[in-house]
Amino acid sequence: MSDFISHFWSDYVAVLSLLSIAGCVLLLWLTARKRVAADADNTTGHVWDEDLREANNPLPLWWVGLFVLTIAFGLAYLAIFPGLGSFKGQSDWTSRAEYDTEVARATRELAPVYDRYATLPAEEVARDPQARAIGERLFMNNCAQCHGSDARGSKGFPNLTDKDWLHGGAPDKIVETITKGRVGTMPPMAAAVGTPDDVKNVANYVLSLSGEPHDSLRAGLGKPKFTACAACHGIGGVGNEALGAPRLNDKIWLHGYGEAAIVQMINEGKHNVMPAQEGRLTEAQIKLLASYVWAFSNPPAATP
Amino acid sequence: MSRKIIPIVAVASEAGESGGPGEGVGLYEASKKIYPRSVHGMFARWRWAVVFLTQLVFYGLPWVQWGERQMVLFDLAARRFYVFGLVLYPQDLIYLSGLLVISALSLFLFTAVAGRLWCGYACPQTVYTEIFMWVEHRIEGNRTARMRLDAEPMSLEKLVKKWFKHIVWIGIAMWTGFTFVGYFTPIRELGMAFLQTQMGSWEVFWVFFYGFATYGNAGFMREQVCKYMCPYARFQSAMFDRDTLIVTYDPQRGEPRAPRRKGPDPRTLALGDCIDCGLCVQVCPTGIDIRQGLQYECIGCGLCVDACDTVMQKMAYPPRLIRYDTQNGMEGRWTRPQLLRRVLRARVLAYTAILAVLVSGLLASLVARTPFKVDVVRDRASLARIVEGGRLENVYRLQIMNATEQQRRYAISARGLDGVAVASEPAVTVDAAQSRWVAVRLQLPYGVTPSGSHTVYFDVREEGGGAQVSEKAVFLVPR
Repeated sequence: MSDFISHFWSDYVAVLSLLSIAGCVLLLWLTARKRVAADADNTTGHVWDEDLREANNPLPLWWVGLFVLTIAFGLAYLAIFPGLGSFKGQSDWTSRAEYDTEVARATRELAPVYDRYATLPAEEVARDPQARAIGERLFMNNCAQCHGSDARGSKGFPNLTDKDWLHGGAPDKIVETITKGRVGTMPPMAAAVGTPDDVKNVANYVLSLSGEPHDSLRAGLGKPKFTACAACHGIGGVGNEALGAPRLNDKIWLHGYGEAAIVQMINEGKHNVMPAQEGRLTEAQIKLLASYVWAFSNPPAATP
Repeated sequence: MSRKIIPIVAVASEAGESGGPGEGVGLYEASKKIYPRSVHGMFARWRWAVVFLTQLVFYGLPWVQWGERQMVLFDLAARRFYVFGLVLYPQDLIYLSGLLVISALSLFLFTAVAGRLWCGYACPQTVYTEIFMWVEHRIEGNRTARMRLDAEPMSLEKLVKKWFKHIVWIGIAMWTGFTFVGYFTPIRELGMAFLQTQMGSWEVFWVFFYGFATYGNAGFMREQVCKYMCPYARFQSAMFDRDTLIVTYDPQRGEPRAPRRKGPDPRTLALGDCIDCGLCVQVCPTGIDIRQGLQYECIGCGLCVDACDTVMQKMAYPPRLIRYDTQNGMEGRWTRPQLLRRVLRARVLAYTAILAVLVSGLLASLVARTPFKVDVVRDRASLARIVEGGRLENVYRLQIMNATEQQRRYAISARGLDGVAVASEPAVTVDAAQSRWVAVRLQLPYGVTPSGSHTVYFDVREEGGGAQVSEKAVFLVPR
C-alpha cells in the first residue's frame, strides 16, 4: 500500500536515507582517525581574525558512544518499522492496525461502564448523572451539528426538547430513529390539491388548524381540498407517527411559518433525511443517547 | 579603543602533553574522572546553605497541605494547577510565561553582577553533584583515598564500599524521582500506592526516569553536563562585561609562583604569593586551573577561593590571591568600594528596573485576578431560528470556569442590542474548581433589529462575590 506511483521514489527515499546514515558512519570514522597537531598551549594552529586561536577541546568518548547508539537505533528502527521508502519493516506495523487495537482496547475498557446501563430501563438511565454526562458528550459530538447544542434544532432540524415527535417519542422509538436514521418524504402535492388558488386555500386552512392568523374564507374553501393531505397528516391535521407525517394543528413549524412557506411546501414537497448512526455508535452508546434525548421532553420530577 | 580580550584557554590535556607536538592528538578522548578535594570556607558554607534551602523546598513542599489538598500540585490529568490558594487553569499560561521571563531576567541580572552564580550555587546539577560527592566522601574517604581505591584491584573492602555508595546514591535518586512525581500526583496517595505496590505505570516510569537522570547526572556525568550539554553555560559569557565579578587569580600578586618554606617575605626571594601547591586545581569540581584565567568550564563556585585562602592563612600571607574580582578591577588595581560602585552600572540598573516592573505587574495581576473565566462559543449548528411568540433566537455555549474551591453560582445576562434577553436558565451552578459548558439562548423581538451580524455582550456575574466577566459575541439576524 504505497502512495508512490512508481518504484523510483520509494527507492530514491530508501537510498538517500541509507546513504545519509552511511555518511554519518564515515564522518565518525574519519574524525576518529584524524590527528591534530597539538602545540604546547593546546591550540590546533588555526588562527582567525588575527589573534583568535582554536583550542583543541576533544569530544568526550561517551558522546561518540551516543552517536554510535543513534546510528544503531536508526538502522534498527528502519529494519523493524516502515520508513525506508515503501519497505514495510519486519514487524508489519501499520498505524491503522495500531488505531484498531487502541479502539478495541478502549471499547473493552469502557464495556463495564456501559454494561451498568444495559439492563436498566431508559427512564432510569435518564436520571443517572454519569449516564447523562456520557449522553451529553455523545450528543455534542454526534447530534449537536444538526440539532444544536441545546437540542432545540432549527429550520428543517427538529427540536428534540418538545413533546412533538415525528416518529414517536418513546425511548425505544428514539433508539430506532438513531440506529436506522429516518427519511421524511412529502411529495409535491400541488396537482392533487388543484389550482394555485386551491393551494393557497389549503395553506390558510392549515394555518387555521393551529389558530394562527389566516383568511377564514380561504380556509373554509381549503378544508375539502385538504382530503388530499389527510391521507398522511390525518383528518384535521393530527399527524401520523407511523408515517412520520407531522402534526399540523400545533404551533410547531419545522419547515417554516406563514402562508408562503406552506404554499411552497405543498408545491415542492420535501425530502428530509436523518442519517443512520448504527455504524458509528455502539448499541450501548445509542441507548445512553436515546435516554439523554428522551429526558429533554420528560424532565425528572424536581430532583434535589 | 583597546580590544577586549577574554583569555579562554583549555587545560592542557595529559594525552596532548605525553603525545608531544609531533604525533598530534585525537579529536576524541575518554573523559578523565575528577576527584575534587573537599574544602571548607566561606563560599563552601554558602554552597551548603543553598543546598539545604533549595532541597528543603524541593523535598518538603509536596508534603505541605493547604486545607483539604496538597499546597502545590500540578494536576495534569485534570488540567488544574494548585499553587497555595490559587487554582490555575491552562488558560492562565500567561502567569507561567511571566514567571519564566522573570527567571530569565534574574539570571541575566545575577550573571551581569557576579557571573555564574546560578551554576556555582543553585543549579540542580551542582546541588545534586554536591550531595552525591558528600556521600562519596563519607563512604570512600577523601580525594587521595578515593584515587587509591579506584586504582586498587577489586577486593572485598572495595566491593563493599562501592556497593554501599551506589545503594545510597540510588536511594537518594529514587527519593528525588518520587518527590518529583509527587508534584503531579498527590504525594500522600502516591506513597500509599507505593506501599501497596499499586503505583500507576506512568508514575513508576517517571519516578525511575527522573531517579535515573539524578543518579547518572550527579553520580557520573557531573561536570560533563555543564561542559557538553548545558546550553545556558555556553551563552552566558555573552552577558559578562568588564565589570562582572568573576573568580579570578591575581597573577600580578601571585607570579612568579614556586614552592617555598613558610617564613621569609616572598619579595626577598623574588617570588609571588602563589606557592604552587595546586590545591585550587584539586578542589575544582570541573577540574580546571583557575590560574590560567577565565575558562568556559568555570562554574563560579568559589571553592578555589576558599582553598587558596586556607593556604594564604597558613603562609601568613594576605588572603584572596584568588577572589571574585572584575576585569577592570584587576587591571586598575581597584579597591573593594571602587569595584562595588561599578555594580550600579546602566546594564544592571536596566535589568533591575525591568525586573521590578515585571514582578510588580505579575503580583498585581494575581491580586486583581477574577476568580472565574468565561468562554463563549457560538453554536455551530443553527445560525438563527424563529421561536414561538415570533422571537429570533441565537444559541451559544458558555464555558464557565470556576477558579475557586467552593461551589459558585453565576448569573448570566446579555446587553448590546435593543430588547436582547437570556431565554435559558439565567443562573448556573458550577462546582468547586470545575468548568462547565452551558447552552445559553438569546432572544430578540422580531423585526426590530436589521438583518446582519450584531455585537452582543454576555455579562457573567458571580453571585454573592460581585466579580464580573464580560465576553463579546455575535448575534445573527437572518434576512
